[in-house]
Amino acid sequence: MLGPVDKFIWLVVTLVHLLCLVCVFKKRALSQHFTIVLFLSASIAIGIGRYFIVLATGYTSSSYFYFYYYSDAVLTICLFFVLMSFYSQVFSEMGVSNWVRIGAMLLLGGTALISYHMVASSSERLLTRFAFEMSQNLYFVGVVLTYVLWGAMMKMQENRTRLIQLVLGLGVFLSAFAGSYALRNMYPDLVIWRYFIAILAIWLPASWAYTFLKVPDEARMATAQVVSPAAR
Amino acid sequence: MIPALIFVVSALTLLQFFVSYSRSVIAELKAHELSGELREICGVNARALAGDQFQHLSQLIDLCPEAGGGMHSVRAVLFYFHLLGFARALSNWAIPSASLWIEKERGGCAYAAAVVLDRRIAYNRMMVAQQASH
Repeated sequence: MLGPVDKFIWLVVTLVHLLCLVCVFKKRALSQHFTIVLFLSASIAIGIGRYFIVLATGYTSSSYFYFYYYSDAVLTICLFFVLMSFYSQVFSEMGVSNWVRIGAMLLLGGTALISYHMVASSSERLLTRFAFEMSQNLYFVGVVLTYVLWGAMMKMQENRTRLIQLVLGLGVFLSAFAGSYALRNMYPDLVIWRYFIAILAIWLPASWAYTFLKVPDEARMATAQVVSPAAR
Repeated sequence: MIPALIFVVSALTLLQFFVSYSRSVIAELKAHELSGELREICGVNARALAGDQFQHLSQLIDLCPEAGGGMHSVRAVLFYFHLLGFARALSNWAIPSASLWIEKERGGCAYAAAVVLDRRIAYNRMMVAQQASH
């Protein structure tokens, strides 16, 4: 059942997501960052759904386990849409947005297939195992894609401060999640996972809310300033 | 084997993304000029601050109410500052030549903290002035 710490963490996570959503609307960035609004809305809805399922069935129930990992896969797919929109913004002047979309979709489908193959070839053949493997692999593919995007941004000397911070915030989030899921795969029985993953989820909406609130759309910064101290 | 590989790669990218993120927050804050008032209060008189002033400035930030949404940057910079402290301890032992760069980065953290404090003081002064006018 939910203890006071669980309830507090859930409340903080939901409020930070809501705050970020308000910031996007307040800064009139809805049209430019529609996929972020989609991710935040899905995240809030899923958070509420998870809360009521835990209340009804408890943390250890299979209903919660299924809902948690399949909803997590949905959120990761929403993050792929966010990543695709970042790619589109970075490569907007080169006119390759459609190729980026096709490539990301193929990668998404490929990851799901590989995850299924990994589970199908194992002795357990569990659907829950598939959901967990897929989440871990999707987060990792997200890390690789964000790293490639960040590399392209440095190469192209991208100077939009807001876009730089949004991409780096996403990179931190995806790396932290991919690493945690991999560690959880190796040590599944540790008690910290119940709170750690939930607390990690605060990072992304908090960093995006800060960026929308404090960094104006027209702010510019040399990418080299972020990477190399010699460039100052 | 695969989870271990994913963990190692993710830990390395996490470090790189976090350092770049913190540096982007600091670079954005460093674009702001400190007010004369803050220079007077903190005894700061140069554009570059020493890393050792960071702790004092973060204590002053804790005393000053938030101006809305600035806490995230303070936490990120604070974590980066501690990370640099760890790197400094390591570099003294392994790569002594990196100490100069680390000290410069710590100074950047102190300057970012000073800008946050400056904003908070300005916000609080504005609030007091508004209350006085009512």
